Amino acid sequence: MSYRHNDSGRLIDRSQTLTFTFDGKTFTGHPGDTLASALLAGDRMLVGRSFKYHRPRGIVASGVEEPNALVNMGHGNRMEPNQRATTTELFDGLTAVSQNRWPTLDSDIGAMNAAIARFLPAGFYYKTFLWPRAFWKNVYEPFIRQSAGLGRAPTEADPDSYEHFHVHTDVLVVGGGVAGLAAAKAAAATGLKVLVLEQTHYWGGRTPVDGGKIDGMPAQEWIDATVAELEAMRNVTLRTRTMGAGVYDHGYALGYERLTDHAPDAEGPRHRLWRIRARQIVTATGAIERPLAFAGNDVPGVMLASAMRDYLVNWGVVPGQRIVVATNNDDGYRTAIVLKKAGLDVLRILDAREAGGGALMQEARDLGLRIDCGRGIGKVSGGKRVKKVQICVTTGTGGAMEALDCDAVAMAGGWSPVVHLWSHCGGKLVWDDAQAHFRPDPAKAPTGADGLPFVTTAGSASGPMALGSVLQDGAAAGTRAAKAAGGKGRAPKVPVAEDVEEAAMLPVWQMPARAEYRLKSKSWLDFQNDVKVSDVELAAREGFESVEHTKRYTTLGMATDQGKLSNINGLAVLAGALQKPIPQVGTTTFRPPYTPISIGAIGGSARGDIFQPVRMTPMHAWHDVHGADWEPVGQWRRPYAYPQQGEKVEEAVQREVTNTRDNVGLLDASTLGKILVRGPDAGRFLDMLYTNMMSTLKVGRCRYGLMCSENGFLIDDGVVARVGEDAWLCHTTTGGADRIHAHMEEWLQTEWWDWKVHVANLTEQYAQIAVVGPKARQLLESLGGMDLSAETLPFMAWADGELGGIGVRVYRISFSGELSFEIAVRAGQGLALWEKLVEAGKAFGVMPYGTEALHIMRAEKGFIMIGDETDGTVIPQDLGLDWAISKKKTDYLGKRAQERSHMTDPTRWKLVGLETEDGSVLPDGAYAVGRGKNANGQLVTQGRVTSSYHSPTLGRGIAMGLVLHGPDRMGEVLEFPGTDDKVYRAKIVNPVFFDPEGAKQNV
Amino acid sequence: MLILTCPYCGVAADETELTPGGEAHLTREAPGSDDAAFEAYLFQRENPKGVHFERWRHSYGCGKWFHAARCTQTLQVYGTYPAQTSAPPQAICDKISGARPGWSWRLFG
Amino acid sequence: MSEIASVTALNGARYDGIVEVAEMPLQGMITLRGKLGAAPVKNAAIGIGGVDMPDDGMISVQGDRAIAWMSPDELLIFCAYDEVGVALTAMERTLDGSFAMAVDVSDARAMFRLEGAAVRDVLAKLTPADMSVQGCPPGRMRRTRLAQVAAAIWLTGETTAHIVCFRSVAPYVFGLLSTAAQPGSDVGYY
Repeated sequence: MSYRHNDSGRLIDRSQTLTFTFDGKTFTGHPGDTLASALLAGDRMLVGRSFKYHRPRGIVASGVEEPNALVNMGHGNRMEPNQRATTTELFDGLTAVSQNRWPTLDSDIGAMNAAIARFLPAGFYYKTFLWPRAFWKNVYEPFIRQSAGLGRAPTEADPDSYEHFHVHTDVLVVGGGVAGLAAAKAAAATGLKVLVLEQTHYWGGRTPVDGGKIDGMPAQEWIDATVAELEAMRNVTLRTRTMGAGVYDHGYALGYERLTDHAPDAEGPRHRLWRIRARQIVTATGAIERPLAFAGNDVPGVMLASAMRDYLVNWGVVPGQRIVVATNNDDGYRTAIVLKKAGLDVLRILDAREAGGGALMQEARDLGLRIDCGRGIGKVSGGKRVKKVQICVTTGTGGAMEALDCDAVAMAGGWSPVVHLWSHCGGKLVWDDAQAHFRPDPAKAPTGADGLPFVTTAGSASGPMALGSVLQDGAAAGTRAAKAAGGKGRAPKVPVAEDVEEAAMLPVWQMPARAEYRLKSKSWLDFQNDVKVSDVELAAREGFESVEHTKRYTTLGMATDQGKLSNINGLAVLAGALQKPIPQVGTTTFRPPYTPISIGAIGGSARGDIFQPVRMTPMHAWHDVHGADWEPVGQWRRPYAYPQQGEKVEEAVQREVTNTRDNVGLLDASTLGKILVRGPDAGRFLDMLYTNMMSTLKVGRCRYGLMCSENGFLIDDGVVARVGEDAWLCHTTTGGADRIHAHMEEWLQTEWWDWKVHVANLTEQYAQIAVVGPKARQLLESLGGMDLSAETLPFMAWADGELGGIGVRVYRISFSGELSFEIAVRAGQGLALWEKLVEAGKAFGVMPYGTEALHIMRAEKGFIMIGDETDGTVIPQDLGLDWAISKKKTDYLGKRAQERSHMTDPTRWKLVGLETEDGSVLPDGAYAVGRGKNANGQLVTQGRVTSSYHSPTLGRGIAMGLVLHGPDRMGEVLEFPGTDDKVYRAKIVNPVFFDPEGAKQNV
Repeated sequence: MLILTCPYCGVAADETELTPGGEAHLTREAPGSDDAAFEAYLFQRENPKGVHFERWRHSYGCGKWFHAARCTQTLQVYGTYPAQTSAPPQAICDKISGARPGWSWRLFG
Repeated sequence: MSEIASVTALNGARYDGIVEVAEMPLQGMITLRGKLGAAPVKNAAIGIGGVDMPDDGMISVQGDRAIAWMSPDELLIFCAYDEVGVALTAMERTLDGSFAMAVDVSDARAMFRLEGAAVRDVLAKLTPADMSVQGCPPGRMRRTRLAQVAAAIWLTGETTAHIVCFRSVAPYVFGLLSTAAQPGSDVGYY
């Protein structure tokens, strides 16, 4: 059984007890426990099922590399799947549930996959679900979907908040172990700004577990003193519970701070994403121990030797009472020694090396431990926990020499530096033969904006594993980084530790070396994704030579742990199978984040009301109160219509059109862009921007204009008013204001930089209200203040004045065919004027109208709308707007493009009006079909609907469309198949449906 | 994520404060240009694995357009300079030549 | 000026969290474009009275008047809201004949003030700009983004920051600042 052993456990506070549940059963633990240590303390060895075979799985590791102990945490709106028990700090009331099992963890139906494992090797899906093709949709896909995915996605909205935090620092140190602290100290001594991130809640990493003295004092004392020293420095920031998640270009790095995961009731954000810009980054990310690949290495109770040591020293927990240690290096002895000293029964140390180890072996022997050299594990037996170990010759085929009854196995396969952050941004690796691992190649570091290295590794992340060299390397890295970041001054004294002489390790990629298939097919490499030695060898036999292909074929390293535990083992097995040296096989690509981070942290505060900017006009609140049905237009919200009590939106739209045509309507036109263009060359500039002539416009007058891109395509339209001798005000579409302002700045800054023109985007300086309808003038005159008669203010003129005591500029322009005034007013007075108009308008039957009524009225008049009649491939000539294209100008943006052969092609579809024969509404976007089929066997098309509405004015459906030779085919009937299986028949007509003489607007 | 220093306001701007604008130093082809030249102006762009000259706008800042000489492979930035020019400053060209003898880019090879 | 009172976007909304967030009352703002070294432009700017020309990238403040450097050819002049008309007329007189433009943008903007020891931390949640004392000393005019919208930020002391943004996004920016100032979210970095 696993249990809380003695009074050890340096991280836990035994004076307090916390209660939690796992799979509904109540357990207890202490502050400082992880969920994993508390589960082990409660003898919960079986914590999950593997992904593919549903094998019973226990806790293997003590940190981020844990592949098995993934649980579903919390419930309701705080439920979260795939949480790693080894990095989950225990809190009172925690609820966790195991995953990937049904109905229960102990009796899981899916485990039958294990019985047929032989028939589910690597690539099983690719091979099996290929034929027959018809099976895919109804048989294979539902089956795969059923078994895909680990854990269940939460179904409720996350109630927690998250945020980002931007930091600029000189030196970022990732990792708060002794190397990171030494590096931080060295860098901080130069006075530079130093930020240190540590993923756990304590400093010092695993050194206090491994032991040793630093500068003559116990490691913990040195750590405490160093942290205190750093904390006292104003140029240093230390953050625990913050993981360095990724390193990116130009010194950008992400830190993932978990603020309240360990205290869910605390106020404030749950996670904070640190977006860091560092001149230099030191990755002191430590190393991860590798498992050994022997049959049954996944049986609950088999654990990394270092993890077993961690559980005992940090949390006072042991996974069993009768323990076998298997190792290929000296470090494994540390575990045996710690266990023995704690009074546990270490049955045997199996050292794969014929000659055994160095001083640590001697120490173990002196403690009375039995050591078998040249021996390893042939097989571990036991279902849901270790029962027996068969001992074999390391170099043999696996024949058992002896069997030992035991309940836990510690495996020590050597250490691999955590090179992830080094590699994220292009740092290269070298193979270290002596330690059988990939380590960073200092000559090939990631480089920054200045072309120089900006990442340096420290401590065991660099390769050395002994305490003394780790400290030395850490301090040197700190000094190096500080110097590269521009720091000056003498480096502090390098901390010193005496190292125990260690014998060389022996790479062991399969134990025993010549294991038979039956053993290899039970020797796990990737525990979470169920990839075994036999799978990688199969992939190699089937021709997967590239490590990237093998990874995808076998799913090696593709689980949520991203191969932290045993990717190197997998690479080595592949190299062996391909008979290539390991460095030639190489590694897969390391990508951020280092461990999964929450979607909430990535999104930060961008949710709910501040998910994205919503732009509001000064009258927004009024519209809201008066029942506006909102339509997003760009980032703006505009009223689509104002349905009244009991009225449908469509009915409101029809009413608003009719009332505007019969009486008077108000439209909030504030969102239209208003760009002031001013300067001696402003006229010349606008002549280049618009297809027609703007320089000849008289002061006080307005002109409709079109803008094209250099590609010739129509990008915006609007009314331009000449507001001064050298000043024009350009109205743009709602969505176009920022874009057109940027377009103007771009041409002025990058092409015509010697032209004397200034532009200013005044869109938001003014609220703009369109007062539209036959009674518009009467309504405005009732407010009083200025002469709005046709004589004083004719169509397409503007005037400054006052209305109802408010300063205004009135443009007499119309987008509806009605008598219409657009009134610009300071934004701060927009609402006041609007309310005055509503109040005074009561006598004239005024009603506000929304964007849909606006659309219908402009369509009735045959006016085009950017985004409806245009889609980025339409030129003004397609829309019959030749009248708005100057023939006199030698140049304007788009002119040259409009001369290209494709643009002058007479078969380009052109704008026409469309009337259904039965008065119904044509489906928007429908295509007109012609006779015959194209090369793909589809009906040929000869046009499409660009706008379509029901016109209350005409009492029928009206539409505009682009049609092949359209203007030459008036009266012809086209067929438009709808998506409702009906065929709509519509006649080609003039696009101006209403008041073609313009009698209504010219009064 | 890049940092480029705006040559106008001196701010070392985060990439998220900038808007990219494609290749720099294009020559506008006006009406009267032949089809091939106009097509090249509209559509043909350098796509080097190496030094590139790009247009950027400090859009969440001073609003100015500038140019950057940058290696698309290593992301090294050789310099930024105002957009009111048809060729990169000699100092930047020299810096690139020093770091990469034999480099070439369109007209500046 | 008309007798109808203008209103700000949010009617002086406030939020008290780890810093105090407040929408400022109406503030006169004039965009001045032109060659900043040219005498007419300089004179037009300092003509509002009592404020010196700022250095590049800076803002000089005197009471409710200020001159902010926005770009090599742009200043933002702050004055009392009611004085904008008079100030503009004076500026145009000073600028007469030179290639420059002065235009009222008071109503196109919203302005916020942050008050509290954590102002740098709160702003650093929203902008990628360096909010350290070195990166953004009091008096620096930093144009940047706050989350997804453009803004200009400056500190007038270690505990007071000002923000100018477009009026239409005032509710969004107020939401951003309030969220960034929520209780329990102190970073304690700056």
